[in-house]
Amino acid sequence: MGILASIVFFIKQSIIQGIPLLYGSTGEIITEKSGNLNLGIPGIMYMGGISGVIGGYFYERSTDNPNAFLAIFITFMSAIVGSALLALIYSFLTITLHANQNVTGLTLTTFGVGIGNFFGGSLTKLFGEGGSISLMFTGNAFKATLPFASKLGLFGELFLSYGFLAYLAVIIAIISSIILTKTRVGLNLRAVGENPATADAAGINVTLYKYVATCIGGAIAGLGGLYFIMDYTGGSWTNGGFGDRGWLAIALVIFALWKPKHSIWGSFLFGGLYIVYLYIPGLGRSSQEIFKMLPYVVTLVVLVLTSMRKKREYQPPESLGTTYFREER
Amino acid sequence: MTNNAVKHSEPLLRVSKRAEVVWWKGWIIRGISIVLALIACAFIIVLLTGQNPIEVYGALIKGSFGSSRKVWIMLQNLAMLLCVSLAVTPAFKMRFWNIGAEGQVLMGCLATSVCMIYLGDKLPIGLLIPIMLIASVLAGVIWAVIPAIFNANWKTNETLFTLMMNYVATQLVAFCIVFWENPLGSNTVGVINSSTQGGWLPVIFGQKYLLNILVVAALTVGLYIYLKYSKQGYEISVVGESVNTAKYVGINVKKVIIRTMAISGAICGVAGLLLVSGTDHTISTTTVGGMGFTAIMVSWLAKFNPALMTLTSFLIVFLDRGASEIATAFRLNESVADILTGVILFFIIGSEFFVNYKLNLRKKHNQGNLSASAKEGK
Repeated sequence: MGILASIVFFIKQSIIQGIPLLYGSTGEIITEKSGNLNLGIPGIMYMGGISGVIGGYFYERSTDNPNAFLAIFITFMSAIVGSALLALIYSFLTITLHANQNVTGLTLTTFGVGIGNFFGGSLTKLFGEGGSISLMFTGNAFKATLPFASKLGLFGELFLSYGFLAYLAVIIAIISSIILTKTRVGLNLRAVGENPATADAAGINVTLYKYVATCIGGAIAGLGGLYFIMDYTGGSWTNGGFGDRGWLAIALVIFALWKPKHSIWGSFLFGGLYIVYLYIPGLGRSSQEIFKMLPYVVTLVVLVLTSMRKKREYQPPESLGTTYFREER
Repeated sequence: MTNNAVKHSEPLLRVSKRAEVVWWKGWIIRGISIVLALIACAFIIVLLTGQNPIEVYGALIKGSFGSSRKVWIMLQNLAMLLCVSLAVTPAFKMRFWNIGAEGQVLMGCLATSVCMIYLGDKLPIGLLIPIMLIASVLAGVIWAVIPAIFNANWKTNETLFTLMMNYVATQLVAFCIVFWENPLGSNTVGVINSSTQGGWLPVIFGQKYLLNILVVAALTVGLYIYLKYSKQGYEISVVGESVNTAKYVGINVKKVIIRTMAISGAICGVAGLLLVSGTDHTISTTTVGGMGFTAIMVSWLAKFNPALMTLTSFLIVFLDRGASEIATAFRLNESVADILTGVILFFIIGSEFFVNYKLNLRKKHNQGNLSASAKEGK
């Protein structure tokens, strides 16, 4: 492989690693813009993955000649519904029942990871088959690329060699960015996150905004789990395989300064940092572990620098992490 | 007519904050929520396995009280969880959301391991234990004070900062494990000084875990007194209630934040010492096993009261041990324990609402009552 080809290969791998982070961070940004710090995102991403797997499993079992479009549709919808459901639990507890956001989010992560690993590990056993789950057909459907992509050389390799979920991640991030900055809905949402009492006084339905933002955010984050399971691993579940990517997505929110458009390149950078130790020749195992620290250290540096610079647009939403109760001001 | 208008302007269900809850009423509400949670859990298990729910509850209790060995393990887990919960409490009382206890304890573990590995066979145990204590406390303090300094000076978001520090700590441990691995290539450290037992905390009265339990008991009493009766404890409460009030009465808020986080980190360091030197005699990236996060729950449920925390950490450990027992007894994947714990915690978290808030139904013809409840809501 020439130098150029290996660079292209590395960038491609970084993007592949970055896509789940992009989904996760876009979802979390939308959630945090409403003032909800959802630390349940790692659990929600597991949930998105396993819901998709469950949907795909039942579809592949139910028919002898599966249809690629239907397989994608069913897994996609299951992932969205599953992860939005978890986000709904979070919303109900924190918004309606005024529960502490940190406590609820961390519990949600335990719960979601538990569900993922439980059903991932024993779904086949529960239905009397045994063995590990492998949804080859659905996985391949998700991995499908444009037919001429492989003929376009490095250009095709770099830009056209991904499954549709990768492009969807970028599109969702761009749309979110536009909605947040250019529309009234986005303005209202940011108002809710900055100062819910003022937003409430201005006639914005704070509860509704928080609920909808958290659930949509959860659904988007869940797609990150789905991408990982269906596209990256090709439809086979390994317990704990998703690793700490959920936390990395939360780190990326800080790195992107709560702006989805920065998430796009940030996620590819984080994806690169996540795997760069594999590509540096002559690294011992010990130095590899140090390199794996990079995304977190970079995030810490950004967090510190932005808090020192005190620029208004770089700060987290003002009311982030606090619950809003109208009668308590 | 006016009466009619009033009726319609008031929503069917109105939420107001309770002025003060009689303590036993609060615990009745929490008790009901746990019962409901257990019913929900049994429902899930029955759905998954088709077993008799009574057997499920039997297994739940057997997890903690099935044998004297299980009781000791339960007490040990209780002590460790309580220790980490004590550690996060002073900071939480100050409304400093330290979710980095996981990393702070892990750094304590790391410091202890360093002492055990490099000094374990060279120094007498009477000298080594103080050194290990100082090292682990120092490690915990450093890891906790870094975010505190940034938060105190530049208001850097402490939740996110401490969260990131966890992973830096994890990778540091992974880095060290490569050097210490035994046997070679296993990527685990194995039991440190297994033959000489150098640097192991002594076993007292023939019970392996007794020393840990006593240390944590002493810490609990100490922290209770510190928070409730000392001037510093009072300062923590004031900063937690309102930073502006604290500034107004002349409290140096920066100093309180950093000092309190140092205390949190120090207790985390002790927890690390107990985990490595007193319990596992080895270290891995998962030595703390999520306790840093569960501790947040324990502390929050107990309203940051160290005495009540013994109760809430017992509750969590009991449920956790029971859930694993259920998993083994019904040959389910062990992750079912996480699901059950999650469900139970959701119920408990939800119940706090009914402890702190009151639901007021719209009254039909009673204006006197209406204004009374409006007053209460204030």
